Amino acid sequence: MVEADRHTNIEILTYTEVESVEGEAGDFRVTLTKKPRYIIEDKCTGCTTCVEYCPALVPDPYNQELSTNKAVHIYFSLAVPLITYIDENCLYLQEKKCRICEAVCENEAIDFTQAPEKIEVKVGAIILSPGFEIFDPGARSLYGYGSMQNVITSLDFERLLSSTGPYEGEIRRPSDEKHPKKIAWIQCVGSRRVTPGDNSYCSAVCCTYTQKQVILAKEHDADIEATIFHNDIRSYGKDFELYYQRAEELPGVRFIRSYVSVGKEIPETKNVTVRYSTADDGVKEEEFELVVLSVGLNPPADAVSLAEKFGIELESHGFCKTNPVNPIETSRPGIFVSGAFQGPTDIPESVFSASGAGSQCGELLDYRRGKLVKETKYPPEKDVSEEEPRVGVFVCHCGANIGRVVDVPSVVEYAMTLPNVVHAQEQLFSCTTNSAKEIIDTIREKELNRVIIAACSPRTLEPLFQDTLREAGINQYLLEMANIREHNSWVHSKEKEEATQKAKDLVRMSVARGAVLEPLREIELPVNKAALVIGGGIAGMTCALSIAGQGHEVYLLEKDKDLGGMARRIHYTLEGLDVQTYLRDLVRKVYQHPLIHVYTDAVITEATGYVGNFVTKVKSERGLAEIKHGAAVIAIGAQEYKPTEYFYGKDDRVMTLLELEERIAKGEEKLLNSQTLVMIQCVGCRNEDRNYCSRVCCSQAVKNALRLKETNPEMDIYILFRDMRTYGFSEDYYREASEREVKFIRYEPDSKPRVEPVEEGGRPVLRVAVTDPILGEELAVDADYLALAAAVVPPAENSEVSQLFKVSLGQDGFFKEAHVKLRPVEFPTEGVFLCGTAHYPKHIQEVINQAYGAASRVLTLLSQDTVTASGSICEVDEKRCMGCGACVSVCAYGAIEFRDTKQGKKAVVNPVICKGDGLCNSMCPTGAITLKHFTDEEIFRQIDAAVPEEEIAKRFDAAVGDV
Amino acid sequence: MCSGRVDLEFVLRAFSNGMDGVFIGGCRLNECNYTTQGNYYALSMALLCKKIMEHIGLNPERLRIEFMSSADGILFAEIVNDFRKKVQELGPLGKGEGIEENELESKLQEVTKLVPYIKLTKREKLALHLDNIEEYNKLYTSDEIEELFREVVSYYIDPAKCQACMICLRRCPAEAIVGGKNLIHVIDQDKCIKCGTCFEACPPRFGAVTKISGEPVPPPIPEEERTIVRKAKKTNS
Repeated sequence: MVEADRHTNIEILTYTEVESVEGEAGDFRVTLTKKPRYIIEDKCTGCTTCVEYCPALVPDPYNQELSTNKAVHIYFSLAVPLITYIDENCLYLQEKKCRICEAVCENEAIDFTQAPEKIEVKVGAIILSPGFEIFDPGARSLYGYGSMQNVITSLDFERLLSSTGPYEGEIRRPSDEKHPKKIAWIQCVGSRRVTPGDNSYCSAVCCTYTQKQVILAKEHDADIEATIFHNDIRSYGKDFELYYQRAEELPGVRFIRSYVSVGKEIPETKNVTVRYSTADDGVKEEEFELVVLSVGLNPPADAVSLAEKFGIELESHGFCKTNPVNPIETSRPGIFVSGAFQGPTDIPESVFSASGAGSQCGELLDYRRGKLVKETKYPPEKDVSEEEPRVGVFVCHCGANIGRVVDVPSVVEYAMTLPNVVHAQEQLFSCTTNSAKEIIDTIREKELNRVIIAACSPRTLEPLFQDTLREAGINQYLLEMANIREHNSWVHSKEKEEATQKAKDLVRMSVARGAVLEPLREIELPVNKAALVIGGGIAGMTCALSIAGQGHEVYLLEKDKDLGGMARRIHYTLEGLDVQTYLRDLVRKVYQHPLIHVYTDAVITEATGYVGNFVTKVKSERGLAEIKHGAAVIAIGAQEYKPTEYFYGKDDRVMTLLELEERIAKGEEKLLNSQTLVMIQCVGCRNEDRNYCSRVCCSQAVKNALRLKETNPEMDIYILFRDMRTYGFSEDYYREASEREVKFIRYEPDSKPRVEPVEEGGRPVLRVAVTDPILGEELAVDADYLALAAAVVPPAENSEVSQLFKVSLGQDGFFKEAHVKLRPVEFPTEGVFLCGTAHYPKHIQEVINQAYGAASRVLTLLSQDTVTASGSICEVDEKRCMGCGACVSVCAYGAIEFRDTKQGKKAVVNPVICKGDGLCNSMCPTGAITLKHFTDEEIFRQIDAAVPEEEIAKRFDAAVGDV
Repeated sequence: MCSGRVDLEFVLRAFSNGMDGVFIGGCRLNECNYTTQGNYYALSMALLCKKIMEHIGLNPERLRIEFMSSADGILFAEIVNDFRKKVQELGPLGKGEGIEENELESKLQEVTKLVPYIKLTKREKLALHLDNIEEYNKLYTSDEIEELFREVVSYYIDPAKCQACMICLRRCPAEAIVGGKNLIHVIDQDKCIKCGTCFEACPPRFGAVTKISGEPVPPPIPEEERTIVRKAKKTNS
């Protein structure tokens, strides 16, 4: 959020609603209403003095009304902008009384004269990302919610777990604020049901968020007994299966597969009873101290009016209707959708579509690229390297935040006595525009060459103050911040004297380090404008088209003779898309695009270089080629597991789901007219060898079962499964299959189905035996055909490609992204991106989302003329390097290489790849590697200054006395 | 900057300055926002440092490393309060352990001087990333640390064998070798970081550099005796 806020090309309008949208793709006029927040945004610094004095105590909507807040408040601790607003509970707005906030605000930021403001903006494209609404179990008082105090929703529980929650991270239950020890979670509340008011679809995220809540609750209090009542556990996402196991293996955690009902509230204790049944014990009623309802995801509350305003259509569940081959496109050109408005979705998939929507706007508006870019101009930088340190110290009051606890004037006075300090002053708010100007003027007037800001955490405002230094014409690395707010006044509010002393200590340490800070250069490197996309499946082709659609040359490599990848074996989707027609169209577009160069039969022989400047050598049907490119996308797909189980490869009647689909598509009479077909799920995964879920197979099984039923309604189809993972809207098709009498039989992993080819009354059959865990009985089905849901396994070339591009693979063998939730299309290695099933198994629509997402990240890089590498990176003093390699072994980025010199092997840091974590610095025995901006000397100075001089003198005297 | 950037020498420096306790806070293990997982290296370093503290008679509980996220404010406060209590119980550095101030100072100085040697000898363990956190407690043993200090090596150039060829002198990363062309090379033991580069670099046919362990290093050859008179050159001239 802070990044978006600081971006010069992003204007954030909060507390604003859309009134109307006119125009068309490339030229929209959007009318907005900015609601009055009664706070002047430019003046408010977020010091929250007004909040403290506001007398109107109201339930806090951010904390699910479990705690209170004031009528004037900041919505939550990380809000952007981090300033207050006044809501309708204000006494002045209601009864024209009070106005205390106005009186206490030292910055005169309160303005009760504000009125709604109409704004018209002109835009070329629109992205809708309104998110989702939480299912409300209160409307029908489900499971006692609303009538029993200790029945809460999962979002309520989420707030209880949070350190910014109602009890500062302590889990307390509503009735008596006691710590509950026995907690039940009830899954699928509001989801997977066709009763009116419920949602027919699966909300897709609740299984895993519940596991997260269980793990966190156990971390809060190891004595908690957690019971999860669930239907299928849908751990279909990347690393979800491992996470599920982690939760399941915790002591005191029970996962019970059972429908439940809430019994009664015990009047004395307010405990709640839950009725459930197990195969062993039958129906039981058990008492819990707290019941958490794992509520699902609804469409946004205002989806219908949103659809009307924007002129877009909704799908049958009330989410946004999208193009089957482009889930980011709405029914109106120029309006795109991202996130959970596409349908229930988790964070990584939301990031795919958010990023992807960016790329599609880019394609639409590429002809105007760069016309509205705002750039900041800085004065030329003064060379201070030869000057003696001249340190300026600015001590911030932060309104009352610091000033009320720390005696700021005495800190200023003290700072003046420190070595090298030539200026010290206090400021009411160092972060305001006025103060920045004051700092700039002082730097110039007093010729400061080092600046210390004693204020808040550098986490949020360091970039701002760095900018201030640049605007004053000195290098931004000459700044040091002393955190006297979060680390001091906020935690020592009751110990004013000690806090003042600590502020002095912190300032002394900062001055000590500050005086030896060095100006650093940020390196600018040219960016080659071309992209290399490895893999010519749906992911690679979609990504290539989107990049090329924005004017960049793309080299598309495919290891096979033809483009298409795994999709060549898929004929239809659950939703009815004709995949082959779509694929032919995609291939045609790729070949017709003048900026895309396709290399088939391609093998990469060598890859060198770094972000913006890669060189890759390729052998293909075009011969040998050396490709120069600025970015690379890994889209090499996945493979189907070749089963060794259930007579696969030994008996022609046994096939994989993909083979079944091919045979259905070919219209194989014998198969289509057979009596009985059995499918076995989870073949080759969710086991010790492959401890993950292949995600797509459950929907594939349902899809093929429905297809078979369409042509031959009489056919008996059995699906033997462990958990049906038809998440999201696929749930509807699972239900349809069930209604069409496809028989679903669950099996436990420790009693897998057994298959035996036998003859029954002259008919050769495959006898499939399976133990039904509910009935406890063994069932036997005589099948004509057996289809195995064979796992999706990582591509054979994964380790080769990972080594070539210095990116890593996860435990499961799929490519490991930079961050599983927040950066799912990037690698830690800059300039290399990821999409498609090489990342993890996924459905075609998800692949398309991610491919556009990767294209967007590529464009962010390629649309720049240069890339900037930080100045705070490592550097080797060659003379002091002994070539021991301790540094190389800890560099996760592969930024250090050996170079042969006359004096032996020497380590060299590639400044473009180095991320400045400094691990090599700590490992280096000879002190040859230095992390700039955090050098040994700089840190030693700070450590030394932690001890006040007087104390050193005392110790020194004592030592001398001893002699 | 990552918690893995916390250098062994930073910790020793703080104790040398008379700090009674040192706390290292790192991100939660396995929750690295990057790929470095540098907090594991910080953990290994801290455990090694604790053993070193034990070796010189300091209570290892004066050093504490904990892993938490920015949302763990309450946990942080609890841990810091607990640590402060612990340090208070232990009393002032050295006094609590009953070590004379001068003795402590010289011991800390001695250990600090050996930091390059320690980093070099233990570089493999320092760069380990074990998945099982329990195994870390067994990573360094007291015996191992005793042995480390008992068998500290020194390097010595035998003046009788030194050919004053400049090879080791040029390679020494600490610029600890004095000498020149036709001037017998001598290792300045105060500057030497015991990396063994000279030992490796000295051509085997000379074999002038020796590794000494557990014995005192012979005194350097007096400066006036260092000039080599080359016989071969003499006959030629």
